[in-house]
Amino acid sequence: MDDQFNIPGTPIFDGTQARKGYALNKMCYSFNDELNRKTFLADEEAYMRTYGLSEPQKEAIRHRNVLELIAAGGNIYYLAKFAGIFGLGVQDVGAQQTGMSLEAFKEMLTAHGH
Amino acid sequence: MARIIGAIATSHVPSIGGAIAKGLQKDPYWKPFFDAFDPVHDWLARNKPDVAVVIYNDHGLNFFLDQMPTFAVGAAESYTNADEGWGLPVRPPYAGDSELSWQIIDKVMAQDFDLVTCQEMQVDHAFVVPMQLLWPDGGAKAIPAVPVTINSIQHPLPRAERCFRFGQAIGRAIESFPRDCKVVLLATGGLSHQLDGTRAGFINKEFDLWCMDKIVNDPQALASLTTKEIIEKAGSQGVELMCWIAMRGAMQGHVSAAFSKYHIPVSNTGGAVMVFDHEPVVHRLAAE
Ligand SMILES: [Fe+2]
Repeated sequence: MDDQFNIPGTPIFDGTQARKGYALNKMCYSFNDELNRKTFLADEEAYMRTYGLSEPQKEAIRHRNVLELIAAGGNIYYLAKFAGIFGLGVQDVGAQQTGMSLEAFKEMLTAHGH
Repeated sequence: MARIIGAIATSHVPSIGGAIAKGLQKDPYWKPFFDAFDPVHDWLARNKPDVAVVIYNDHGLNFFLDQMPTFAVGAAESYTNADEGWGLPVRPPYAGDSELSWQIIDKVMAQDFDLVTCQEMQVDHAFVVPMQLLWPDGGAKAIPAVPVTINSIQHPLPRAERCFRFGQAIGRAIESFPRDCKVVLLATGGLSHQLDGTRAGFINKEFDLWCMDKIVNDPQALASLTTKEIIEKAGSQGVELMCWIAMRGAMQGHVSAAFSKYHIPVSNTGGAVMVFDHEPVVHRLAAE
């Protein structure tokens, strides 16, 4: 991901990402509402069509893959609402992105304190 | 006249709200964090502020990318919380102080900060969790508050220096408010954390402790940081430090740390709580 800061492993949600990800983020923003979460779960494909997601965005949603979602323009704050549908929190999301088990990820966080 | 009596800065991690909802304050993981608020409650009981100005960042509850303000000020009589999508119980509304809101809007605009004003505003965990931590007995017991938000979602973000000056403008606005009242500033967010990318889970204790030191006596060191430096050193969501920098800018008299506690990790975050005493310039001059 090319951005003005170029910090390894650190996506920057700038204008390029904001334009690319608008439909995806708008869908995820709708998940603030419980009725929308249920509507999504009842028919994910139809819900994604309603919001006009691009094919890579749809694939990333189908894969439940956070790094793919970010590459498709997703912003982590809205993606967190998508993860929330499945009861996943920021530590689950962190573990997935770093390829660690949840336990290993939590141990790494705790180790920062020492 | 209104007087800024001090400030409280705290992390606002959503899972703190989850722990409160589940009554986990005495749980071994959470106890050290919640215990840090005993001295904060003592400070509030001693100093009895009348109103709070809460500087935080919205995470996609009130604002979406369709309209994303850099600086926004709430101007409502009360502020509702709402479902953010991941199961935090919705809190009862918090009282506003629209008179102080408009004082801030009028006087900050006069200092060339072009604000978005919100006569309706939903407040997310970044407002609600700190209010719960400071006033655990609920919304009705909490003092009225004016929410102020700084964009931390979409780049370009306001530079740290600009946030510091924004805070200075807020400070002047408050201290020229004719009502006799004691104002406490709240800054919420941080410290280091990163939720996204393969560097997710990044925490930087050394930098956090440096920030907690500099913010007392050398805030210019923080205001001089570039956004890139903050992200490198504090993680991509570490930019919430901007809220602390604005809060510090609002205190232009003598500032001292009344209490300070750092605790790692709170969820993915370097958890920090600080309380500041502030002696406004006019009072110091009067005493001399
Ligand atoms: Fe936050």
